[in-house]
Amino acid sequence: MIPDQRGAGAPAGRVLEVSRLEVRRGGRLVVQDVSLSVGRGEIVALIGASGSGKSTVLRAIAGLDPIAAGRIIIEGSADGGAPVRATLVLQFHHLFAHLSALHNVWLAPVHVHGRARAEAEAQGRVLLDRLGVGHRAAAMPHELSGGEAQRVAIARALAVDPPVLLMDEPTASLDAARRDELATTVRGLAADGRTLLIASHDSAFVEACAHRIVVMEGGRVQ
Amino acid sequence: MTHRRWLIAAIAVALTVAAPAAGQSPGARPELVWGGDAEGGAPFVAADPADPSRLVGFDVEVAQLLAEGLGRAARFQQVGFTSLDLAAARGDFDIGLSGIEDLPARRTRLAVTIPYYQFREVLTVREADAARYRSLADLRGRRVATLGATLAYELLAGAAATHGAVPVTYEDDVHPYSDLALGRVDAVLLDEVLAKRGVRRNAGLFNQAADVGAGTYVGILAMGNAALRDRIDELLRAAMRDGRLEAIFRRWEMWNDDQPRLYARLTTEAGQGQVQEGSRAVEVVAAPEEPSGWAAAARYLPALLRAAGITLVLSVLSMALAVALGTVIASGRVYGPAPVRVALTAWVEIVRGTPLLLQLFVLYFGLATVVQLPAFLAALIGLGLNYAAYESEIYRGALEAVPPGQLDAARTLGLSTWQTLTLVRAPQAFRLALAPMTNDFVALLKDSSLVSVITVVELTKQTSIFAANIGSWVIPGAMCAALYLSMSLPLARLARRVEKRWQR
Repeated sequence: MIPDQRGAGAPAGRVLEVSRLEVRRGGRLVVQDVSLSVGRGEIVALIGASGSGKSTVLRAIAGLDPIAAGRIIIEGSADGGAPVRATLVLQFHHLFAHLSALHNVWLAPVHVHGRARAEAEAQGRVLLDRLGVGHRAAAMPHELSGGEAQRVAIARALAVDPPVLLMDEPTASLDAARRDELATTVRGLAADGRTLLIASHDSAFVEACAHRIVVMEGGRVQ
Repeated sequence: MTHRRWLIAAIAVALTVAAPAAGQSPGARPELVWGGDAEGGAPFVAADPADPSRLVGFDVEVAQLLAEGLGRAARFQQVGFTSLDLAAARGDFDIGLSGIEDLPARRTRLAVTIPYYQFREVLTVREADAARYRSLADLRGRRVATLGATLAYELLAGAAATHGAVPVTYEDDVHPYSDLALGRVDAVLLDEVLAKRGVRRNAGLFNQAADVGAGTYVGILAMGNAALRDRIDELLRAAMRDGRLEAIFRRWEMWNDDQPRLYARLTTEAGQGQVQEGSRAVEVVAAPEEPSGWAAAARYLPALLRAAGITLVLSVLSMALAVALGTVIASGRVYGPAPVRVALTAWVEIVRGTPLLLQLFVLYFGLATVVQLPAFLAALIGLGLNYAAYESEIYRGALEAVPPGQLDAARTLGLSTWQTLTLVRAPQAFRLALAPMTNDFVALLKDSSLVSVITVVELTKQTSIFAANIGSWVIPGAMCAALYLSMSLPLARLARRVEKRWQR
């Protein structure tokens, strides 16, 4: 079953609505009966121990893994014809290793959304600047520090203007100072009207930025 | 110290035990080891159709006759026809007997026996061309096949200069005739024994009666083995007198009026010097005087450079084919449905699991009745298909080595499967594949030497012709190696540079 990502049907103000989600992996139920919703401009943190199913829920919402049962409804994005998708910032960033930071950011707008390259590149520079890594635009991924790569990955995700931004363990490769910076960045995004669902087991980070916390354990919401 | 002494003692014992076994087993008669090429087939040397472990042929019987006269047991040593001279000079066997022609070049490097058979060179054409192509002079611009390092080749090389015929050299004496029947060449020039056999085996061929030239078959021995050669000459003379040689050639239906004249001349003469005279009295067309060493190297350099050009062009085109086809196969194996994956895997395993030489034979000779590929095209396709199998395995491995996270990142940004492949997965896989690809190209450059079996004269073949002509591999080998290196080293350098740029 493919997640239902139609642009309509979410209750007013709610950008993401997940109800009774079930995900199986190799026949085993790894996520069951998960329901949650995230409103516009809201930061929701999904917390829980490793293996509690946080990442699986994010991957299901992003459409990377098929779901066994339940519904995922995402409100239409601002972008016209492009498919409505929640974009996931993966735990280890996974910047495209053969492309520069800036190229990573403009790749999808040009090839998926059909923007002109010059326009997409200019927008990419603005995003990198806003995230504080404008000076690293020409760098290759392996030349970036963990914090810089994280920011470029966020810029790359924002470049396709997703209705929901999903982040999986964003602080995994950051030291304490970088973690605080990231919390500030994330709050700034929410203040701009971005909707965020963040999976993390870093309680300090979650307390610093989340509006609401959803706790998961053994594949269920507590 | 004690250990070493024991070791030396053990080796000494092993040697004393092994030596007689290797040379002649104690008690048994000493051996006359004779070299020949059983691939030459009947009537020279061939496996007995009734018992393939036994050899038959007139050369087998001549060897038997000589061994008996020497009081030795004949033992056959298989040597490729084109390597017989060098093997004789190395002392790999006592005497070489395999329809070996008496060429002036041979006499300068080997101890050569008196001739035991005289043959005429015969021009074979298709029946339809019998009136058109009567002699070499009629074959301007036409492809004429022959065997390398033979009198016929020398005649043909002369005809190329005077009449503009195009010589095509083969490694064996079967395919010139089958290719003539197929229209790949317009004539074949070889000795009458081979010509008769060729016409018998292939329908629609015709042997021209005109005398193109004549030569004789001789035995070859190492230069230092002149004493044995002299004894063998006496044995041959005796066999000419008492009719034993005649009996052999009658059995093989090769006896004709040329032989009594040859034998009469040889048996009436006495002494070494006149033997030489005798063989020269036969109307043999002499090979051009050969320079040695560096003078020869300078003379052969243009031909080697041309051959190196063929090697390079063939390798580059074959690699391009291999890369294109390998990409398709690898994509099919990674993305295709199960039946496609199974079929492609089977294809790759068949191609990788069988020798390239066999594939080239099948492509050029095996398929000849269905589709007649020109030699160069067959070589290109053969090498390309073979290397495509290896390339596809490299690309498949490289595609699968791209971290799954990269593909997840592409999908979450909305890239389609095709976009993910072309924009993310393939470019990264290509970087991983570059080093093994460079390796493969260098290997292909060298494997391209195998295509000489289907008449393409590339660098290694040209070198071996060069070496056979001057009787040494030292200078030709060094020049050949230098040319291969001058092609492979810049490539390796370029690949390292590209890799460095990517790792910037």
